[in-house]
Amino acid sequence: MGSQGGWGQSKEFLDLVKSIGEARSKAEEDRIVLNEIEMLKRRINEPDIPKKKMKEYIIRLVYVEMLGHDASFGYIHAVKMTHDDSLLLKRTGYLAVTLFLNEDHDLIILIVNTIQKDLKSDNYLVVCAALTAVCKLINEETIPAVLPQVVELLGHQKEAVRKKAIMALHRFYQRSPSSVTHLISNFRKRLCDNDPGVMGATLCPLFDLISADVDSYKDLVTSFVSILKQVAERRLPKSYDYHQMPAPFIQIRLLKILALLGSGDKQASEHMYTVLGDIFRKCDSSSNIGNAVLYECICCVSSIHPSPKLLDSAAEVTSRFLKSDNHNLKYLGIDALRRLMKVNPDIAEEHQLAVIDCLEDPDDTLKRKTFELLFKMTKSTNVEVIVDRMIDYMISINDNHYKTEIASRCVELAEQFAPSNHWFIQTMNKVFEHAGDLVNVKVAHNLMRLIAEGFGDDDEGTDNQLRSSAVESYLRILSEPKLPSMFLQVICWVLGEYGTADGKFSASYITGKLCDVAEAHPSDDIVKAYAVTAIMKICAFEIAAGRKVELLPECQSLIDELSASHSTDLQQRAYELQAVLGLDGHAVESIMPADASCEDIEVDKSLSFLNSYVQQSLEKGAQPYIPENERSGILNISNFRNQDQHESSAHGLRFEAYELPKPSITLRTPAPAPAVSSTELVPISEPTYPKETNQAAKLSTVTDTGATELKLRLEGVQKKWGKPTYSTPVPSTSSSNLKTTNGVNQLGQATLSSHSRDVSYDSKRPQAEISPEKQKLAASLFGGSSSKPDKKPQSTSHKTSRLGNPASEKPQVATASAATTELAPQKTAPVQTPPPDLLDLGEPTVGDTIPSIDPFKQLEGLLGPPDVSSSTNSGTVSVTQPPDLMALYGDSSLSGVSSSISNLVPTNLDSMNLVSSSSSAADHGGSKVALSASLKKGPNPQDSLEKDSLARQLGVTPSIQNPNLFRDLLG
Amino acid sequence: MIHFVLLISRQGKVRLTKWYSPYSQKERTKVIRELSGVILTRGPKLCNFVEWRGHKVVYKRYASLYFCMCIDQDDNELEILEIIHHFVEILDRYFGSVCELDLIFNFHKAYYILDEILIAGELQESSKKTVARLIAAQDSLVETAKEQASSLSNMIAHATK
Repeated sequence: MGSQGGWGQSKEFLDLVKSIGEARSKAEEDRIVLNEIEMLKRRINEPDIPKKKMKEYIIRLVYVEMLGHDASFGYIHAVKMTHDDSLLLKRTGYLAVTLFLNEDHDLIILIVNTIQKDLKSDNYLVVCAALTAVCKLINEETIPAVLPQVVELLGHQKEAVRKKAIMALHRFYQRSPSSVTHLISNFRKRLCDNDPGVMGATLCPLFDLISADVDSYKDLVTSFVSILKQVAERRLPKSYDYHQMPAPFIQIRLLKILALLGSGDKQASEHMYTVLGDIFRKCDSSSNIGNAVLYECICCVSSIHPSPKLLDSAAEVTSRFLKSDNHNLKYLGIDALRRLMKVNPDIAEEHQLAVIDCLEDPDDTLKRKTFELLFKMTKSTNVEVIVDRMIDYMISINDNHYKTEIASRCVELAEQFAPSNHWFIQTMNKVFEHAGDLVNVKVAHNLMRLIAEGFGDDDEGTDNQLRSSAVESYLRILSEPKLPSMFLQVICWVLGEYGTADGKFSASYITGKLCDVAEAHPSDDIVKAYAVTAIMKICAFEIAAGRKVELLPECQSLIDELSASHSTDLQQRAYELQAVLGLDGHAVESIMPADASCEDIEVDKSLSFLNSYVQQSLEKGAQPYIPENERSGILNISNFRNQDQHESSAHGLRFEAYELPKPSITLRTPAPAPAVSSTELVPISEPTYPKETNQAAKLSTVTDTGATELKLRLEGVQKKWGKPTYSTPVPSTSSSNLKTTNGVNQLGQATLSSHSRDVSYDSKRPQAEISPEKQKLAASLFGGSSSKPDKKPQSTSHKTSRLGNPASEKPQVATASAATTELAPQKTAPVQTPPPDLLDLGEPTVGDTIPSIDPFKQLEGLLGPPDVSSSTNSGTVSVTQPPDLMALYGDSSLSGVSSSISNLVPTNLDSMNLVSSSSSAADHGGSKVALSASLKKGPNPQDSLEKDSLARQLGVTPSIQNPNLFRDLLG
Repeated sequence: MIHFVLLISRQGKVRLTKWYSPYSQKERTKVIRELSGVILTRGPKLCNFVEWRGHKVVYKRYASLYFCMCIDQDDNELEILEIIHHFVEILDRYFGSVCELDLIFNFHKAYYILDEILIAGELQESSKKTVARLIAAQDSLVETAKEQASSLSNMIAHATK
């Protein structure tokens, strides 16, 4: 088909492409494109442009847009082109609009009509073009306009149309799940389509549907299993083979679905064991695609109800991945390890050296994946090493996105497994210092809360110790320049709360430091606010303790400055501080009790303290308060409420018939209290709130009264026209106001999970080593060094076992030095000088470089049977006589799968017959010929010469800049 | 799900872009700049995957051209790598030993082919033969349309003589 490779565009366009190709800088390219845009703007609006010319303009617009410039002036012409009758132009039009417009663009409404027309066309290619456009352009609002037609196309005679219709419905599901929920039976039906392409496409929407609601699809397990079995047995047409694998893309999709269906379901999982075992056995592990299927198999096995046999196969494949020289496979191996660890935590130990190799690999991607694994396998025994490594890596990178992620992971690990208070504080300091403001605010609040509450299970003494070590380290850190704002906030808060608590530091010393903080950050209002409040606390504690407070001169000047601040918040804080200073000790103590940040502030939600005031008003003749639900003129309230709910769900455009009211309106809690303005408060001793569903709504009632006052009159007034309804304002969620007054303890949401320090200690020793350094790392990571059963390991012992301290080498480690150098060649030095025309088609084959003697195997013999801990128990439960299952499947496969599938698939309306279609197609000699033709690759000198001469005619020469333009991509 | 497909030359020039998730023009430029910075500088022996803003980008180099696809966290990277290869094989079959120049001058045809392989960010067809047949059908229809048009204009020319 080389003839189609000719370049049928005008000289002008070729020149444009050529000049852009030869542009030496981005600026030059931009200039050329801008000229082109100017030219197109002028030309495209000329009257009577020949259609062919217009088509070229549209393609040039696409080109301009592709290069990152704005071609919106021409969008309308592309839209117009979709209206054209000629398929050639229509296709160009559709291509352009799908590339130009996002689903929310205004012009889409102009295309919907054309799409509707084209979906009805007799020419299936027109229908296909329209369906492709549907997938990109139809948004939630326009789905109903095309939905019936798309559904109709599911029965189209051309498989290409059916396939695209399925994909379009899948897209609709993604946009608006409710739009296609009534069509689920169609998806099930298409699963039995006799075209494998359509069946494969149907797996996409089914995957989404199943992940949303697993339970309603359990009946399909047997169907999926039998399809997968047939695919793996090469019953699909040869044309679906890819690199000698039978339909691998379909296999992968099926495996993904099975993973969902089998998760936590023993019965469903048992159906899958045989076929998964078959795939593990048959899969070609020398090709990329074979490994892709194997990897998906591992994912599936680790997600379904565990089968020890399959887990063994999965572990075997994983270790092959890890030992491979190919970085891609190593990467997958690490990920597979992470997944398998969930089922069997011991599995990582076997691969510790491979893991450490990956951790020290120069490849960032691999490194990050390994950190993900380490994050999952952190225990109290190895937390120090892992977090240290993570922080080191965090400091070394610039990628803010990942920095944030790894920082939050460090924090999580530190909170969960911290071996000592001191270490915890130090770690948090490092994270805050280096990740700075990237850390989530929550993390800061969590830290404050943690310092305030202590570790929970410990006695008050250790809590105090934690606090004083925090105070000490913060006072030290304050001298460093350029601390992130978030960290300063934490420091100020802690110093204010606990700076003087242990009596080591004088109040004036702390306030001095706090003044310095405020002065050093003149533009950061939040830090200043934290500092002032901290000073106020210190002073209040002093006054309450009966000591005289002498404000430092710099402190006084700070207060003066802040009292005149532009920020009202700062002003208020400054005035409050001054007011507190003037009060006597007793009053101050009740305003600012010491160490009270953890105490809950009680909120009187019934506002009972207003009762006497309400009573007074009533006596003066005010109207009594009527609860909202009694306020309408309609007596039958429950009936009314139903109507009301229905009304609210019916907003927006509706394209289909009214259906039953959905229970999705529970969010709409009526705002209870603000229904009456403050002067009209009415005596209701215990206002009953209808449906107190969310806390936020309740809290907001206290603060929101002012805001809602203006609208109040509308409430409770029945609308005279139309359906009776309330216009209740949805309470705005300003509950955070309240929460902040309560100090920090309400904000941090991630609660400190119970300290699971009693993680089982492994008795295994690290088994092999390469260099003493790695050996030590392995030991500390994989728990080999610390088998001490004490509940709280002393940090000192860990310190010594860390990297770079040769004194701590454990004798046990040294014994297993048999296979020291076996793995050394695996570490590949990064080769940074590739030939410029490197074609990575020839993938490095797996298995060639695996050392003939497996060091792990050898060591296993040395160490004897590993200690099997409780974690493997989950696996053993599932063993249910695999031989029987095998026999069962053997029978069914013998007795013709075509019959079995029609039995298994409940909604088998179509005459689905995978087997017959596939066997007939297999007879086709043609597919084989085509396949072999595609396999015969390599440079085709004739083609290249033709292209070269054509290019030279056009004046395009492979310049010095880019000699590769003519090189076969698949060379 | 595949969020976008990028073809970038070794010099960082954009050869083809296809966006399956909504990105504004500004974001697109930024994405391309960021990713070409990351991918073009990576050594040959490293992974073909890059983690990028909570997504993963799978890339593969063919001669001087990088094919990149951005996917979700839980997608199978190796599968995507093979989807890229699948695409290249189909391009190769269509153009006959495809080279970068073919794609530069026929980018719209590359788009048509991509539309037959991926739709809405999912692989819609894994059979090379089926894709080739559909593309051929479209091309032949276009050919006949052209012929008809020319013969029609001939007839009109005759009639109006």
